[in-house]
Amino acid sequence: MKPNNQNNQSPRWAYFLILTTILLSILFVMPNFYGESPAIQIMPIKSGEKIDTELLQSIEAALEKSEIENTGLILENFNIKVKFKTAEEQLKAKSLVQNALGDQYVVALNLISNSPNWLSDIGPLPMYLGLDLRGGVHFLMQVDLSKALEKTTASYLSEFRSKLRKEKVGYYDATKNKDIMQIKFKSKQDLKRGKNIIRDINNNFDFKEIFVNDEIILKVIVSAKTKKSITEFAIKQNLETLNNRVNELGVAEPLIQQQGLDRIVIQLPGVQDTAKAKEILGRTATLEMRMVNEENFNKDVFREGNEDQIPVNSEILPDRFGTGILVKKEVILTGERITNASPGVDGQTGQSIVSISLDGQGASIFKQVTRDNVGKRMALLLIEKNSTEIVTAPVIQAEIGGGRVQITGMRNAQEATDIALLLRAGSLAAPMEIIEERTVGPSMGKENISRGIKSTIWGFLAIIVMMAAYYMAFGVISVITLSVNLLFLVALLSAIQATLTLPGLAAIALTLGMAIDANVLINERIRDEIRNGNTPQASISNGYKMAWGTILDSNITTMIAGLALFMFGSGPIKGFAVVHVLGILTSMYSAIFVSRAIVNYIYGNRRKISKLSIGEIFKVDNN
Amino acid sequence: MEIFRVKKDIPFMKYSKISAVISTATFIFAIFIIIIKGLNLGVDFTGGTMMEVSYPEAANIEKIRETLKETGLEDSQVQNFGTEEDVLIRLPIRENLSIAELSEKVSIALKSSDSSMEVKRVESVGSQVGDELYENGALAVLFVCIGIMLYLTMRFEWRFAIAAIVANMHDVIIILGFFAFFQWEFNLTVLAAVLAVLGYSVNESVVVFDRVRENFRKMRKAKVSDVINNAITRTMSRTIMTHLSTQTVVISMLIFGGEILHNFALALTIGILFGIYSSIMVGCPMAMWLGTNQTNLAIAKPESKKDNIEL
Repeated sequence: MKPNNQNNQSPRWAYFLILTTILLSILFVMPNFYGESPAIQIMPIKSGEKIDTELLQSIEAALEKSEIENTGLILENFNIKVKFKTAEEQLKAKSLVQNALGDQYVVALNLISNSPNWLSDIGPLPMYLGLDLRGGVHFLMQVDLSKALEKTTASYLSEFRSKLRKEKVGYYDATKNKDIMQIKFKSKQDLKRGKNIIRDINNNFDFKEIFVNDEIILKVIVSAKTKKSITEFAIKQNLETLNNRVNELGVAEPLIQQQGLDRIVIQLPGVQDTAKAKEILGRTATLEMRMVNEENFNKDVFREGNEDQIPVNSEILPDRFGTGILVKKEVILTGERITNASPGVDGQTGQSIVSISLDGQGASIFKQVTRDNVGKRMALLLIEKNSTEIVTAPVIQAEIGGGRVQITGMRNAQEATDIALLLRAGSLAAPMEIIEERTVGPSMGKENISRGIKSTIWGFLAIIVMMAAYYMAFGVISVITLSVNLLFLVALLSAIQATLTLPGLAAIALTLGMAIDANVLINERIRDEIRNGNTPQASISNGYKMAWGTILDSNITTMIAGLALFMFGSGPIKGFAVVHVLGILTSMYSAIFVSRAIVNYIYGNRRKISKLSIGEIFKVDNN
Repeated sequence: MEIFRVKKDIPFMKYSKISAVISTATFIFAIFIIIIKGLNLGVDFTGGTMMEVSYPEAANIEKIRETLKETGLEDSQVQNFGTEEDVLIRLPIRENLSIAELSEKVSIALKSSDSSMEVKRVESVGSQVGDELYENGALAVLFVCIGIMLYLTMRFEWRFAIAAIVANMHDVIIILGFFAFFQWEFNLTVLAAVLAVLGYSVNESVVVFDRVRENFRKMRKAKVSDVINNAITRTMSRTIMTHLSTQTVVISMLIFGGEILHNFALALTIGILFGIYSSIMVGCPMAMWLGTNQTNLAIAKPESKKDNIEL
């Protein structure tokens, strides 16, 4: 290192490395210049179903018939994409194709890269724009896990009851308070048997026996381990359900992710009908089938002050007309057993209905219950966030096998469609609430992009003028370095597909302003060396060497701030931090490595340099 | 072209006592303002809903207020945002209405009163999220301070670390003071700017300290204040060029960046301007008074001394 210190020549591999990184960067940056076209994406409702050329042709025909010009149809394994010139054509095409294909297909709005085929085949993509730049909705949802726990406990309790009854164990009361179940037995012998039966069902409960006032009580407590697995399962199911629902909404590149212990982030780029999105995502509709309590059905119960007459195993719930019906608490079937649901119209009455199909277990339970309860009424309950409603409570005419059930009592066709969608997409294991919403309209996204780009370009141009005027040739070298830095940064952002937001664009601009610091430090150091009477070659060499330590220190401290932003930041801060941190890395590489190579290339091979073009240097009298 | 044609070192440290009084006074004044007036926190931190809507022509603010009042949202704030066509509506958190329902209610009400209205942006934050963002912001500031101090202690010595952090905190408090005084909205994006200033302004101190250390080795017999004066004077040209470049970009952001980046750029501007002042007139005197001298720097970093001899 020491002998060739004064020798301003970069090794060959350095030039090779720089050229390679620049060429690679150009390749990765290119897709950004081709831009993206508005497009629609057609997928079958049932995921995994193949798509063929026949479908492609029918889409093409439908578009041609309405004279909507497309700029390309792409057939992929599981979807078809159609590109358009304008967003208006895209919107028109969306509703047209949706109507033409029917509700077996989802048509979503999307953006497709305009890169030529050879480029997309290699793989680089344009920068991934955040919601504030492309428009869309961001939701943060809080999952109420305690409700999931209660729900699971309720279903355990119902399982215990039927098992205890089947095994003829003497018990007379089984209730629950949140996630603690309490069963009162007739004798200690019964308690012992009951406990064993419960253990056989699931071995993850803690037990507590209480004997007071002649009562023999067994408390069944859900263990901490089980609680954890219940809540984990609940989140998992919610994610799956949300995925299904979002698929039905028709969003091209949705993001649905767990955040922390009990939260879910949803990002829907390009969604314009936020009201619909919110309704579909936020709805917690689940279906329950329970028997109407006919034995204790007594009108007097509904009078005020008579609440104590309601049997413990039952509760009063309102039907669609607001009349209360006494139904049993025991749940026969829940929405989880539903495999498919579709809206329809009853042939005889003309009423809107929802037809549902049950899975094997559901079908057999339903068959048995209908056989045992002919002539009695069964209630179908729709449970939303804070309300439970009896949709319909028909009398069971005969045993129903095969697992196909029709739900009547829908208010209108729209409701039938919505409920069918919700039942089909699966129920949520735990209710959720939107606790953060960020919506950006499509026009706003475009405005933000142009604002960010304008800020960067004008800032950049001003820096070019200043640097060239002040440092002459070395200023131009600095500017070239800075351009290369910008190239690296954009290439890196495209390559790792980091989300670019408006603060991210601001960070690009700011990084340019700050990256120039390294060049300024180097140039000032070289001037210093010349001022001290060193030869030009020695000045260059020493200048870079002396500046290096300072550049490292100042960049590392900036990096510390950037990393903190990334770790603790969310949303806009994170977007800023990613670009900021990457910008520090690329600027260090380009300021030290690239600019040195350029300087060496220009000056390194000359034997004699009388003067460096680094601007006028004022000599100081030190004495 | 060279801007600074200084023949002799500028005796910055001679004025350090006056500047200390000024710095302390502005610092205390800023804190006073922050306490008295408080920051105008955005929905990111307080929770609540902010909607930006736009009309094809100049918006009728009175009519919008009236419409919202009829909807039962009389506690909403309505104001123009940037242009005459754009309107910003703020709504506090409600007990009986979820944030998702609230923004929908507003957009339905406004749409039915004037169908040309377009919702450009909605930001709704529940109270628990707001608290968390606030907490995380404070944690980030703390983390940055500790991280920078550790690094500077390692690379230089603890006196420089403390001096740099004090200079840094001075900048941050001044920024917050400005935001409190003018009641500019303080949101997540501005917080990002404040944290960026923390990293940026410490740069300035590092560059000067680096020179101070170098000078201590070269000017063995000089007085500490002379060493510092020389370091500041010699880095002056770089200071001006760097900050000018950064400030140019920030001005470009102020002009072209639109309303969302406006306060972000404002925070950066204040941070850059006061960053120059504080690293020279707060950081350096601080290091001097804490007793920085030839011996403790040489002891702190013997191996870099070896580097120096090689030259």
